Amino acid sequence: MELAKKNIDEQSLGQLTIQKTESKLYMSYITVAFVALLIGGLMGLLQVFVRSGRFTLPFGIDYYQVLTVHGVILGLVLTTYFIIGFHFSLMGKTVGISTKQRKLAWLAFWIMVIGTVLTATAILLGQASVLYTFYAPLQAHPAFYIGLAMVIIGSWIAGFVNWRQLYVWKKAHPREKSPLLAFMVTINTLLWFIATLGVAAAVLIQFIPWSLGYAETINVLVSRTLFWYFGHPLVYFWLLPAYMAWYAIIPKIIGGKLFSDSLARMSFVLFLFFSIPVGFHHQLTEPGIDPTWKFIQVALTFMVVIPSLMTAFSMFATFEITGRRKGFKGLFGWFKHLPWKDVRFLAPFIGMLAFIPGGAGGIINASHQMNAVVHNTIWVTGHFHLTVATTVMLTFFGISYWLIPHLRGRTLTPKLNRLGIIQAIIWTVGMTIMSGAMHIEGLLGAPRRSSYSEYGGGEQVSEWIGYQLAQAIGGTILFIGIILMVYIFIKLTFFAPKGDEEFPIAEEEPDAEQTPAFFENWKLWIGITVALILFAYTIPFVDIIQNSPPGSVPFDWPIGR
Amino acid sequence: MHLHKYEKIWLLFGIGSLVVFLLVLGYGAFWQGTHPQSHGITIDPNNIESNEAFKPENLGLTQVEEDKYILNIAASAFYYDLGKDEDGNAVRHIRVPKGSTVLFQVASKDVVHGFNVAGTNVNMMVEPGYISSLETVMKNPGTYTIVCNEYCGIGHHMMYATLEVYE
Amino acid sequence: MQSKEVSASKDKEKNRQDLKGTLVSVSILGAILIISWVGAYILFISR
Repeated sequence: MELAKKNIDEQSLGQLTIQKTESKLYMSYITVAFVALLIGGLMGLLQVFVRSGRFTLPFGIDYYQVLTVHGVILGLVLTTYFIIGFHFSLMGKTVGISTKQRKLAWLAFWIMVIGTVLTATAILLGQASVLYTFYAPLQAHPAFYIGLAMVIIGSWIAGFVNWRQLYVWKKAHPREKSPLLAFMVTINTLLWFIATLGVAAAVLIQFIPWSLGYAETINVLVSRTLFWYFGHPLVYFWLLPAYMAWYAIIPKIIGGKLFSDSLARMSFVLFLFFSIPVGFHHQLTEPGIDPTWKFIQVALTFMVVIPSLMTAFSMFATFEITGRRKGFKGLFGWFKHLPWKDVRFLAPFIGMLAFIPGGAGGIINASHQMNAVVHNTIWVTGHFHLTVATTVMLTFFGISYWLIPHLRGRTLTPKLNRLGIIQAIIWTVGMTIMSGAMHIEGLLGAPRRSSYSEYGGGEQVSEWIGYQLAQAIGGTILFIGIILMVYIFIKLTFFAPKGDEEFPIAEEEPDAEQTPAFFENWKLWIGITVALILFAYTIPFVDIIQNSPPGSVPFDWPIGR
Repeated sequence: MHLHKYEKIWLLFGIGSLVVFLLVLGYGAFWQGTHPQSHGITIDPNNIESNEAFKPENLGLTQVEEDKYILNIAASAFYYDLGKDEDGNAVRHIRVPKGSTVLFQVASKDVVHGFNVAGTNVNMMVEPGYISSLETVMKNPGTYTIVCNEYCGIGHHMMYATLEVYE
Repeated sequence: MQSKEVSASKDKEKNRQDLKGTLVSVSILGAILIISWVGAYILFISR
């Protein structure tokens, strides 16, 4: 009786109840992510130890093998699985999922798992120490590439199911605007699909035939260009789910309303437009790409800053309006009274703060000739440990504190909340030390992706090693944070008391301005996105192919095969 | 779609800053020639010696004018070939006077490498099939480590040399 | 469709929302972006 009443309440708010059969699906994706966190985090710990120069790996394990596991499992496995699990949860909550759709989602899951196992096996047998960017002509075992292709194909099926979910809902609700979170999930899966076409083409057309011996040589620059066509939108695929939580969930947690439904949608549309035609800013110091086209993509990269500027304003405004409505006065009264003791707010909030230096660093990285100051130095590693490993991860942790108990029919207890706060603080301290040391060491010229080396000695190098010691300290603190997070995950999944944890979704103001209908014009958004990609890539890509050098034969001995 | 007055101010200010950044970068790149290296000159990756600059006898430092030098380097896993000295020993240390103009030319014999004179703006990807080149004035004296900063295999961190800019 | 007058009065109401704290906050953020960028640019020029 009471449950029935609850369902009606939720439905009147446009929210559905997540069934047990669904939550099993969503939890499966999320569980893989947390297993990945533990393994990948351990690899990170080993790396900072090795690079401090005070530790060598046992059993002849190679540093670069550990580095490959770290990059693949955290950059590709953890993120993709958590995001797909989160996407499905949001869609299940806002538009619903049919039995058939759920079965397809399971198919996607298992294809991804088989792919992940294939890739992991190749790496663990030492047959694929090529790092997560797998730059040709270093050649891994074919299983590495085939596994990656399966992960991508599985993720496509998951995305297609999301689109179908929204489509079915729209049919049933003509003339209604799509729920904000469903709209955002659709944008992110579109972004992912369009972006992964590049890496899928590289893997299926170039790498797999070449690694199986059907093709003698590979076009190195084409493969790199296809990779980075994917590589930059990849980081936005990580970031947008965090933005979903910031725009549509955090306001509810702090007791406020949506700042603006249309502005949130607008920023997501801008991300779709401008996060793809910008891959050259990862290739600025490469010899074979025309500099004018590099500069054009730099300009497009700067465009993608704009939706983040909008987001920053929306966040502060949400906090201020909510605080003022509660009666807090003065310039910063609203700030003092934010719910600092609620980890569902605190963890994502620290994530937002980390995005300020993260964003500043990102603009520097993309600044054409200035890229020479930082390219492939450990500054870059410091940069993405702020963006993905702090902004995105802390927001994902913040989501987990309510999503996991909601899916498991449990509650976030005050004790677990307190542990979560400690976790967020440990993470902040560890990352400030580690990422800070990486940034400074990078400006001094030290390379990323390198095992411990004294490079023949010298003053410059001894200075670097000091910062590497600091990174080992920061990395150790972070690993403690990971252990704590995994403990919280296990508690929330299996042991927290039974109950109803809220699925917080912010509502609009009763007198909110109506969202314009053109936001549902998907053909327009896809058309503009494709046009921008064609503009940014056609001429330079044709140029790359027409002026190609002879292809490269494979090299497997450098990676110890 | 409505924007709050302050949001308009903020976006104008933000976009304005980005435009200024781009103008500064564009002026440097297109008028002062500080583009990142991009020459698109190809070479046979299986036979870089077919190019005059990468014949064994032409590797290393060559003075071409009073203050002008060319430094040719053959990169391979996990070694920078900087030529040989008079005694036939491999050169590991390069010296140039402060203020000299150096043209760096690097080509790879095998996989992708990096070439970074750490602490300077000489920072290039080195890819099989292309000659990476950058001309710059070495204005700050000191001893710099040249490091391979793109992963090239298990000996990647052993790939280095040094460059000294003396007063 | 809303009439022009209604939306105009709403505009005014929205603008009355006190967002001074937000403006100050984003200004600090903007200053951080500019200072870091100029710092990196100076480093680039000096090298």
